[in-house]
Amino acid sequence: MAAVTGARWKRWVFLYLPLGAFVIVTLFPFYYMAVTSIRPDREMYIPWNRPNFAPFWTLQPTLEHFALLFRETLFARWLLNTLIISVLSTAIALFCGLLAAYALARLRFPLGGTLGTSIFVTYLVPQTLLFIPLGEVIRNFHLNDSLWALILTYPTFLIPFCTWLMMGYFRTIPRELEECAQIDGATRIQAMVRIIFPVAMPGILSAAIFAFTHAWNEFIYALVFLSSATNKTVPVGVVSELVRGDTFFWGPLMAGALLGSVPVAFVYSFFVENYVSAMTGAVKG
Amino acid sequence: MIGTFVAYPFVRGIWLSLTDTVVGREGDFVGLQNFAKLWDDSIFRRAAQNTVFYTAAATTMKLALGMVVALMLNNLLGFKRILRASMLLPWIVPTVLSTLAWKWMLDPTFSIVNWLLFQLGLIRFRVDWLGGPVMALWSVILVNVWRGTPFFAITLLAGLQTISQEVYEAASIDGANAWQRFWTVTWPLLLPVTMVVMLFSVIQTFADFQLVYILTGGGPANSTHLFATYAYQIGVATGKLGEGAAASLAMFPALFMVVLFQLWYIRRGEGGVKKRGA
Repeated sequence: MAAVTGARWKRWVFLYLPLGAFVIVTLFPFYYMAVTSIRPDREMYIPWNRPNFAPFWTLQPTLEHFALLFRETLFARWLLNTLIISVLSTAIALFCGLLAAYALARLRFPLGGTLGTSIFVTYLVPQTLLFIPLGEVIRNFHLNDSLWALILTYPTFLIPFCTWLMMGYFRTIPRELEECAQIDGATRIQAMVRIIFPVAMPGILSAAIFAFTHAWNEFIYALVFLSSATNKTVPVGVVSELVRGDTFFWGPLMAGALLGSVPVAFVYSFFVENYVSAMTGAVKG
Repeated sequence: MIGTFVAYPFVRGIWLSLTDTVVGREGDFVGLQNFAKLWDDSIFRRAAQNTVFYTAAATTMKLALGMVVALMLNNLLGFKRILRASMLLPWIVPTVLSTLAWKWMLDPTFSIVNWLLFQLGLIRFRVDWLGGPVMALWSVILVNVWRGTPFFAITLLAGLQTISQEVYEAASIDGANAWQRFWTVTWPLLLPVTMVVMLFSVIQTFADFQLVYILTGGGPANSTHLFATYAYQIGVATGKLGEGAAASLAMFPALFMVVLFQLWYIRRGEGGVKKRGA
């Protein structure tokens, strides 16, 4: 829309204030998560309609919830599991996706177009559609309750995504670039690895970041395929071990939620631009 | 590999849905009995209605809100990057973890949302956000909107930035006001992006699991189930794999239609303006 040239108050009323309100609502749950995680229990369980309900801060911050998290649950283990699963499945997805995307974008072969479309469709299949039969497959391979169950199944939704994204990226790189390399005596593989991959680095990085956050956030496969406490990922571990029936241990829960969010937020903060380009690129193809 | 892990489970899932398999015992072929049973199951019908309503309401709200935020961001001169980065947090943080924060914020006894609304004079009595069937479904929709709006806003913003300033100037010269400029210039030019974002969001919302699983667990009294959570309850929690597979495959026809529509729409666009290779 054309730049609003109206009076100053107009910009405040129609732009700054609503945007500010939106950002506050967007970020408030994270703030509240953080405050709850350092609030002592005696202060936490005051009903909201008591006069001494002071929700926004605490004067006696404590680390007891974090201590409990590491002392009495396997939280550190869950973090490690999640990290291993995310890194390995992202690596597998990137490797397969790179080759598939290069082939689809550059080589001409029959059914190439159909293959591209079917990869796109696979990328759209939600995890909740197939979790029950996939669980059976995992059992048949005797992978249930092992980290490999997730390392090998996450690529089923990560590879199509990576392929799709990088295919779009490869197409923007002019063919002449590698043709020149080939004239200079490079083989096709050399041209691909030495010339095209470095040029496509931003696209590859975007795919990697996006795949990593996807893997870190996945829930239903992790919930269904893993059962013993030592093998859980952070989201599943926090939910299953810190909720007993109807009792929620809110302090440790929020501490766990905070610590489980920090790694992805951290990775994300370094690569915001790549992430955004992956997200918008995935939509535009 | 993709074949083993997507096509095979799909076929296997169809087979499972036609048997009476339970955990630990291979089932016998029972034809469409599982589907017939689901059709007569009032909880399943409720879940189907919920899913449609949830998808429609949440997607509409996300589109409206996301569009407004995108337009505002596009008008902003500074702070755009930092705002965009912080706005995406709900989208990148694990959904289960942020939903837990919401569950705590909507807790019947310790709810800060109640406290805030009370302090602002908007409510006089406690609102039981997750206690009643209607309120609980709306709470889930609300959290979904909170989580999904950034995705709409950022992708629509990316689309907005490709529209050239000159089109607006031309429209302004022709005497169009801001409202008219939006509907005659922005909306039609942005439509391709909007459609794709919508369809992505529809698929994800339709197949959603985590929000309901955490916030209500399908309760109270099985009133807020979606396809996926009910399939989980039947197939995993009670171990009736055949019936569970049937319940999750019941999503397939609707998803299939959406995907077909999306492919058709993309093809049409490619054939027209920008013809792509291969």
